[in-house]
Amino acid sequence: MIPEIGLAALWLAAALALLQLVAGFAGARMEGVAFAALARPAAAVQGVLCLIAFASLVYVFAITDLSVKLVATNSHSMKPLIFKLSGTWGNHEGSMLLWITVMAIAGGAIALIERRLPERTMMATLAAQAFVGLGFYAFLLLSSNPFERLVEIPPEGNGLNPLLQDIGLAFHPPTLYIGYVGLSVAFSFALGALLTRQVNPNFARVMRPWVLAAWIFLTVGITAGSYWAYYELGWGGWWFWDPVENASLMPWLAATALLHSASVLAARDALRTWTIMLGVIAFSMSMVGTFLVRSGILTSVHAFAVDPERGSFILALLVLYIGGALVAFALRANTIAEGERFSVLSREGALVINNVALSAILGIVLLGTLYPLLTEAFDVRVSVGPPYFNPVGAVFFLPMLLVLMVGPLLRWRSDESGRLVKPLALVVAVMLTVLIRALFYDDIPILPLLGLVAAFGVGVASFLPLLGRSLRRTPLAVWGMCVAHFGVAVAVFGMAADSAFQQERLVAAAVGDAVEVGPWTGRLDSVNALAGQNWTAMQANMHLSYEGGPEREAHPQSRNFWTPVMETSEVALLTRWNGQLYVAVGNQSEDGRWQLRLWWKPFVTFIWYGGLLIALGGALALVGRVVTDLRRRRPGEVDEGPDAPEVVPA
Amino acid sequence: MKAKHQRLVLLLLALAALIGATLLAIYALRDQASYFYVPTDFAENPPEPGQAIRLGGMVETGTLVTQPDGVTVQFMVQDGEARVPVTYTGILPDLFVEGSGVVADGRMDANGTFVAETLLAKHDENYMPRELEGMTTAEVREEVQETVQ
Repeated sequence: MIPEIGLAALWLAAALALLQLVAGFAGARMEGVAFAALARPAAAVQGVLCLIAFASLVYVFAITDLSVKLVATNSHSMKPLIFKLSGTWGNHEGSMLLWITVMAIAGGAIALIERRLPERTMMATLAAQAFVGLGFYAFLLLSSNPFERLVEIPPEGNGLNPLLQDIGLAFHPPTLYIGYVGLSVAFSFALGALLTRQVNPNFARVMRPWVLAAWIFLTVGITAGSYWAYYELGWGGWWFWDPVENASLMPWLAATALLHSASVLAARDALRTWTIMLGVIAFSMSMVGTFLVRSGILTSVHAFAVDPERGSFILALLVLYIGGALVAFALRANTIAEGERFSVLSREGALVINNVALSAILGIVLLGTLYPLLTEAFDVRVSVGPPYFNPVGAVFFLPMLLVLMVGPLLRWRSDESGRLVKPLALVVAVMLTVLIRALFYDDIPILPLLGLVAAFGVGVASFLPLLGRSLRRTPLAVWGMCVAHFGVAVAVFGMAADSAFQQERLVAAAVGDAVEVGPWTGRLDSVNALAGQNWTAMQANMHLSYEGGPEREAHPQSRNFWTPVMETSEVALLTRWNGQLYVAVGNQSEDGRWQLRLWWKPFVTFIWYGGLLIALGGALALVGRVVTDLRRRRPGEVDEGPDAPEVVPA
Repeated sequence: MKAKHQRLVLLLLALAALIGATLLAIYALRDQASYFYVPTDFAENPPEPGQAIRLGGMVETGTLVTQPDGVTVQFMVQDGEARVPVTYTGILPDLFVEGSGVVADGRMDANGTFVAETLLAKHDENYMPRELEGMTTAEVREEVQETVQ
């Protein structure tokens, strides 16, 4: 009964999306159409219905209802409950249902909350949101029904890929999806404004918190995904330039550019068409990513639950939406009036350079990700990896860090270079000190060296905008910017330190043997067999100490799952403030010794702390903006006109 | 400078950066076209020692030898036409066995041995190096001949 309720809710939601499309479109065409009043409630109820459908699916997974095909093929009664729940979205149908649920809830939220846009633009936005949603409803209901029943109920399910049976991964996809799909709101806003030609600072202020919210989730999702790959794959790396990783990075790059250009539009009424374009591109990148991940067209270490046949459906949606948006853009862009002018040496100028650099990096990642597909059409098989992405990306990333140091210090509209001499002298002094200090170490490769220097420069520069301000009266949004930029510095420092100073040790050790790597010394005490709920493992038990300090235990495992049959490596991590010891255990050799792989990774954790700081900065800015908006709305409930000036933090 | 000129400067800067990025990417990607090798390619088009390469082929049965240090292995990778000696120091992938497909990232050393830094074996039904997906030795050979022609 429960699966049927879910399916019915989904069909109803699809019908409401159709209603929302028609009503929204009517409302966008003409002011005062009574029928248009249905668009907002349709969006809100749709969100609730999707939530019911999603909850139904979670429920059938929780009770392992094997009469549902999806449960039988992806779950198993022996699995721990938490992974039964996370198994809901660990497959194609479930993840597409999660996608549409997030999208419907986001649509419902803008329908309920957003009152600052002109009504016609709002209606056009809701119509656009419904239009995008309908494609996914059709996809789900016609080709990927998650609630399909089986005629013959199997005695047991197939199980979930063991790599996915991990607490980090259980909550990673929803986080990423909220970010991914949240960008559909930016897409709909951009289309809505384009259709009614209402591209102005008010529009940017309305769109910005939504983009910011999606971007925060995307940042957390990417950070968590990187950490998962680091400890679960057992390879000791934190970024592999894998298509699935790139699929999440590309929308993030576009959304980061969009956030910055929306700031220019909100504060200074410049970069109008460019902001619209980025709104379209950001969500397009989400869809390109979904296509790459879900279609199985590119193989990846993280590409689970792929199905080539369904790729064509997503591709069709992709062409329809991106193509449609670009046509609308081409037809309308020239009718949007030019915005305000500004000088190159100004905040706007710096943000334009930031946007150009982010777009260039996005282009580089996109080309690199799609290149194997292009050449395969000519029967040439290639693999594009770090030798391409690292240096080519760095060409734009490092100069962008320089602009990041200078940009926030500049005034809007125009500025004189003389004013910057003093604060920048401090930054340059710090960078020179780091450079000279780093040269005492031999053999730091050029990219990590530049990264270290830039990280310290950005780290100092990120707090310079607070100089001469009253810290208590500084708006939260400015704090957010400082924290996010500092997060970039922290992450870059972690990346550079890890690649410059990492030490690795690979040994075949008998029980009782001493092992050492970098500042760590220890020994292999024993190796024993171990059984979990759905796996068995060989576990190495070690004691290790950092520079002769107190001993700590490490228990790396080599795990065997039996449904499905697969081996995974469970690494042991010993974390200190200044780095992490990473221990993996391998096979036993013929003479009875065990392969042990140890890495001492100085400051590697800073990579993820940096990612979290970036997200925290976003959260501060979001809270600041929302509070400001609420305060502004309260006195007399005055609706600002489309061109109301914003109090710009000077 | 007038505002209009300054905007022109910005526009040109943006264009230059985007064109530069594309050219740079295309230039770097052309290198990658010769990045993936099967053993036959080594005879046809020997790579420079030290150049980053991805080698794909089958692990020749009966050639896998573990060194006394317990962590270094040597084996031959073949595609039916040619064979390349490979050494790898590290923990072997769980499903790495003789006779199965393998993709190795690494470099040729001065003695003509391929020194692998990472090895990917057929991991499970969800992950397989795309270059060797479902290929038998005969198909690897066929694939090689197609690429060489």
